[in-house]
Amino acid sequence: MAGILQRWGVWIAAAAVILVMPVFVTSGFYITMLNQMGVLIIFALAYNMLLGQGGMLSFGHAVYFGLAGYTVAHYLNGIGEETLPYLPVSLIPIMGGAVGLFFGVLIGFVSTRRAGTTFAMISLGFAEMVTALTLVVVTFFNGEEGIQTDRWVGPEPLGITFGSDVQVYYLIGAWCLIATAAMYALTRTPFGRMCNAVRDNPERVQFIGYSTHRIRWLAFSLSSFFAGLAGALHAVNVEHVGFETVGLAQSGLVLFMVWIGGAGIFMGPILGAILITLLNSNLSDFTDAWYLYLGLLFMTVVMFARNGLAGLIVMHEPIWKIKIGLFQKMIVPYALGIGSTLLAVAGAIGIIELAYFMSTRTTAETITHLYWVEIDAAGPVPWIASAAALAAGFAACTRTYPIMAASYNGAIAEVKALVAS
Amino acid sequence: MEVFLFSMFNGVLYGMLLFMLASGLTLIFSLMGVLNFAHASFFMLGAYFAYQISKYVGFWPALVFAPLLVGVVGAAVERYGLRPVHRFGHVAELLFTFGLAFVMEEVIQMIWGKVPVPYDVPAALNFAAFTWRGLDYSAYRLFMLVVSVGIFVALFLFIAKTRVGLMIQAALSHPQMVQSLGHDVPTIFMWTFGFGCALAGIAGVIGGNVLGTEPAMAITLGPIVFVVIVIGGLGSLWGALIAALFIGIMDNMAISYDIALFPIFAMFGVEREAEGIMRDLVDLTTGGIAPVLPYLLLVLMLIFRPRGLFGTRDV
Repeated sequence: MAGILQRWGVWIAAAAVILVMPVFVTSGFYITMLNQMGVLIIFALAYNMLLGQGGMLSFGHAVYFGLAGYTVAHYLNGIGEETLPYLPVSLIPIMGGAVGLFFGVLIGFVSTRRAGTTFAMISLGFAEMVTALTLVVVTFFNGEEGIQTDRWVGPEPLGITFGSDVQVYYLIGAWCLIATAAMYALTRTPFGRMCNAVRDNPERVQFIGYSTHRIRWLAFSLSSFFAGLAGALHAVNVEHVGFETVGLAQSGLVLFMVWIGGAGIFMGPILGAILITLLNSNLSDFTDAWYLYLGLLFMTVVMFARNGLAGLIVMHEPIWKIKIGLFQKMIVPYALGIGSTLLAVAGAIGIIELAYFMSTRTTAETITHLYWVEIDAAGPVPWIASAAALAAGFAACTRTYPIMAASYNGAIAEVKALVAS
Repeated sequence: MEVFLFSMFNGVLYGMLLFMLASGLTLIFSLMGVLNFAHASFFMLGAYFAYQISKYVGFWPALVFAPLLVGVVGAAVERYGLRPVHRFGHVAELLFTFGLAFVMEEVIQMIWGKVPVPYDVPAALNFAAFTWRGLDYSAYRLFMLVVSVGIFVALFLFIAKTRVGLMIQAALSHPQMVQSLGHDVPTIFMWTFGFGCALAGIAGVIGGNVLGTEPAMAITLGPIVFVVIVIGGLGSLWGALIAALFIGIMDNMAISYDIALFPIFAMFGVEREAEGIMRDLVDLTTGGIAPVLPYLLLVLMLIFRPRGLFGTRDV
């Protein structure tokens, strides 16, 4: 029993959370957000099969996501008009996966011969090509309007119509769990290990007799399958597929999610997808500068946290596994570091919000709210206060980060000593 | 004939503009191995700086100071942003510039707003230089051509004749050797990056008022510049020039002639009265597929000849 729990505990817990979520989350807004989150988790994990597992940086993975979405939208419309044979909506994602796989096999063959910058540029080329084609091949893409569809089609097995968002939630939840499990299992197979080997040392892989091209190609195709699956769920979820789903912006978003979450760790993309979707849904109404914050967060992670946010968590794993009491000594240094970071971030947010307010306002009104305080954005006080917070926070960071690092290193040294004895 | 000459002229002009971007990008790429995703953002920054400066002191000072400012910003980005990321490898550097392009677009929106700014052609050059068979050609376009050709000549002289240029050439092929000879390679990197950005900035100053100065201008031009440097061959300025002119002329010709592609599809048995997806094929013209062509070339080039036309090493 304990063995089963240890092995399957995470999956059982995840299934349980997915199952009971709608009991606690009843507002339509949050259900919609959760649906989007599920779709993006699958997409991010699929993308990470390339970037994290296979070492291929793609700027065009949304192509497979989007093309599958378009196909599925047409297919659903076909079912509705009774020109195409019926397929249960719950199995439609497999069809999307097949579409993704088809294009992945095709495009993957020519683009995976090399990794690195060549691969990145070919992926960008295909992304731009497909984006340009959305305006040319009007029958399939319908230009800037995109394809409208309806998921409530055909017979209703067991009364499931997917009319309500909660039913779609369970569909996405189930597929999310299946896809995550499948992709995790894949990382544990010999093929998954070979992907990592091709990422780390392609030359040596060739020396022991494997074809790096074939391994990359297979990884690319499988990744496109899951991207297509996510794209199909996206089409079912929002009942509309537009040209933006194949574009550079969508590919960039998934790249941001994966890298911010942590590309080197399996859980990373999941964390990234959850975090970015949460922030996106909640902040984009609140501030115009949301994309600027996203970009800055991404750049910060690129510069300072190689393995993303998941990496920062995993870094502490030995401590809680070996001797959790060691965290006690780290509380004060960490509080200092996090506190000074928050101060700097608060100052930066203040300046950005003030600047955005001043440049986008439509009236001569200069009174606004910053941190729930009414201020005059034209006056110097809020600007000086924000700049001072930023400067003070930054200065504090340069002092507190070494303390934080020292406490971490101390704890890790103690863990090492414990393990050795 | 008029159509041919005018689209040729506009093609060369567009090509020279692309070359100004591509020359900096290809120098940066072959020197540092960094594919600067944000290169077109520096072009955009040049246009916005020129708009802001020309608002106060006029176009001519802007022509000098805007590129200088862009160069300084570029050098600062290299020194404080890119250099610390260098130790994480090329993927991290590429990601950094990708994020930078995103952030720069947002910051420009924050400062100058989401709508195009009224950056106009200077009044002194806003007249028809010549009229030929009823078609006007503006003096400003001629001026653009003169400036871009001048930059091109100056760039070649700089690379071929000056000591710094020779050092850059040496660092292009053997960076370790140059470093062991006692040259400060990180500083060369920084100034090359700034110099490349300044070249993009000049293109922004003289191109922004014709192409339109708006936050989306970087994302529309950026990928085309990648196409140019890949087709020309990395590190090759001649290659960049020829590829830029080729792309510029091809684009203009495809749009101004707008030839129907139906005969090609007819060879494969597509009927004139086709239905569904075939309908789109029947209606295709070269103008319609003009946006696709550069990327098709890019992909084909990377698959079949990754070193480009004049490159000496693969991407």
